[in-house]
Amino acid sequence: MAWRHIARTLLHGPATEPAPPPDASDIGALAARLKSAAFSRLGRSLSLRQVDSGSCNGCELEIQMLGGIVYDLERFGLRFVASPRHADVLLVTGPVTRTMHPALIRTWQATPDPKWVVALGDCAIDGGVFKGSYAISGGIDSALPVDLVIRGCPPTPAAILEGLCTLIEAHARSPLKSR
Amino acid sequence: MNALALLHAAPTLPCAPFPRRLLSQQDWALLAAHLAAEPGLDLLAMWADPTHIHALFHDPDSADIIPVSTAVEVGLYPALSPARPAAAWFERMIRDLWGHTAADGTDQRPWLDHGHWPATPPLATRPLPNLAAPEPLEFLPFEGEGLHQIAVGPVHAGIIEPGHFRFTCNGETVVRLEIRLGYLHKGTLGLLRGKSPRAAARFAARLSGDSTVAHALAFAHAAEAACAVAAPPRAAHLRAVMAELERLANHLGDIGAIVNDASFPLLQARFAWHREAVLRTAHTCFGHRLMMDAIIPGGCACDLAETGPDAIALLLDTLQTELPGLIRLYDDTASLVDRMQGTGTLTPELAARFAAGGVIGRASARPFDARRIPGYAPYDRLDVTIPQFDHGDVDARVRVRLAELAETTRLLRLLLETLPQGPIALPLPMATAEGIGWSEGFRGDIWHWLRLEGGLITAAFLADPSWRQWPLLEAAIECNIVADFPLCNKSFNCSYSGVDL
Ligand code: SF4
Repeated sequence: MAWRHIARTLLHGPATEPAPPPDASDIGALAARLKSAAFSRLGRSLSLRQVDSGSCNGCELEIQMLGGIVYDLERFGLRFVASPRHADVLLVTGPVTRTMHPALIRTWQATPDPKWVVALGDCAIDGGVFKGSYAISGGIDSALPVDLVIRGCPPTPAAILEGLCTLIEAHARSPLKSR
Repeated sequence: MNALALLHAAPTLPCAPFPRRLLSQQDWALLAAHLAAEPGLDLLAMWADPTHIHALFHDPDSADIIPVSTAVEVGLYPALSPARPAAAWFERMIRDLWGHTAADGTDQRPWLDHGHWPATPPLATRPLPNLAAPEPLEFLPFEGEGLHQIAVGPVHAGIIEPGHFRFTCNGETVVRLEIRLGYLHKGTLGLLRGKSPRAAARFAARLSGDSTVAHALAFAHAAEAACAVAAPPRAAHLRAVMAELERLANHLGDIGAIVNDASFPLLQARFAWHREAVLRTAHTCFGHRLMMDAIIPGGCACDLAETGPDAIALLLDTLQTELPGLIRLYDDTASLVDRMQGTGTLTPELAARFAAGGVIGRASARPFDARRIPGYAPYDRLDVTIPQFDHGDVDARVRVRLAELAETTRLLRLLLETLPQGPIALPLPMATAEGIGWSEGFRGDIWHWLRLEGGLITAAFLADPSWRQWPLLEAAIECNIVADFPLCNKSFNCSYSGVDL
């Protein structure tokens, strides 16, 4: 029964980890930075809209993990939204396939200003292994102005958190860019 | 003469380990006609090269795998889609990539080509510049009182891949779903050409990221078959460890995602936690959470870390301790089970017609599992148990996954106990040959075909199991309510990137 599981969770404390080895050693520190930056700069939560513009789905798998109880993205005031109209940040993965190009641009146009674009994964940076294919136009910057890149194939959840933190901190230091 | 006799009587061309049959166009047309009367022969995949059409069959009675080809004549070949509905998507893809048209094919609309490529057909010997403006997608017509359409995608609301779903509904009830994919076409097959299998393996590993191990494995098997080299025993074992870890991670993720779409996040949280544990263990063992590029033609790129066996043992102990309680929670939550049972039912007849593999097939009375095919080391010595359910609904697909978690746990322990010593990779000779390789990914049976000349790839095809599963989702959702689509879709979890090539 569900109550038994809930009781066990209450007894054992949350599964959310500040610093689980091996690849997320600084999530705790990251969490603190992210929280203060997000709140001081934005004074509210930041909404992310993920767009797959040609990924192999490896990047999506790791982004999905951020929502789980281990990384618990929402504790940082970051959350995924279902529509670009509700988003502050577009988190874009994959090379831009020629077929997704128009849909990616329309998604960006539907996102209200001010907005940021994060190119996530090696493919999103410059096309990755798919560079030179007839079917892609290149990395995300072949379609949209990119504010930040997060490297990796795919980047680990910890690397993604680190990247998002950088984004918020950078904008906390300089006036908001509006495109 | 029946279809099988026709295939067996045809002359063969060298292709390891399954000789490729060559049929004249008349005999191919005859084959298509016989297939209509012989539903037993499974069509696993279809593809092409600039001059020929290829099809891969499986005979369930003899367990034979039979590749067969015919020459394209003035751009045409006789269609298989009237006899095998699963051929329709393949035929549309073949026309988009190579320009060969299936005469009398059941659907002549484009598939991968949405009109945005600079030159078409891209894999033909001489593609022509594409000067036409892209046209809107054409959907199947519908008529009837009170029907309306819901268009979803390509950009979806969740963190998933892009595709377009066109629902035709009567009130809340789905009358028809039409799936249009192709948005993720990255030109993978074109990128493989002119590369050595070692260099090309990176593309196979990125056909569908969630199956990176399984695709890299099928690709390595194909290259090794062509080169007449077998990976060393230790490499074969390590590959199976990776493949089972990948299965574990994906099944855990899928079960969590399914129950989450029935609004039961408590279970989802636990399954996602275990999935994270598998990914970390994979990182400990092989240095990458998804184990990307760990399998190469000839063997493995890295050995199991020294701490690997203990990490896996701990992972499995933790999972086995909690899993029975989680399954009991699933069973005891009536409101959850009520959403699962009778939802998105796929009949065994339909699953058989499409030769559905993997969880989807096994939940609809089709016990096929590529790990059972002879010659797939080390599984040929492991006696894999294949769970099977007959009711074909979301619940059946959850139960197959749950049963496979237990079996995969057993296999992993066995694999670690019997891990042989020795080298983990061999060099491949520069061969001029053809090979077919397969693997059983978490979605089902994967088939790769390669043609090498002087050690370089001149033609290839990578068939994800989703080709034969997506169309069944269209069928399974019929007469369900729109609100149950996410549930059905997650229970199928077909790959977009895997079929978009
Ligand atoms: S960066 Fe790697 S994981 Fe991400 S989409 Fe590209 S190939 Fe896939």
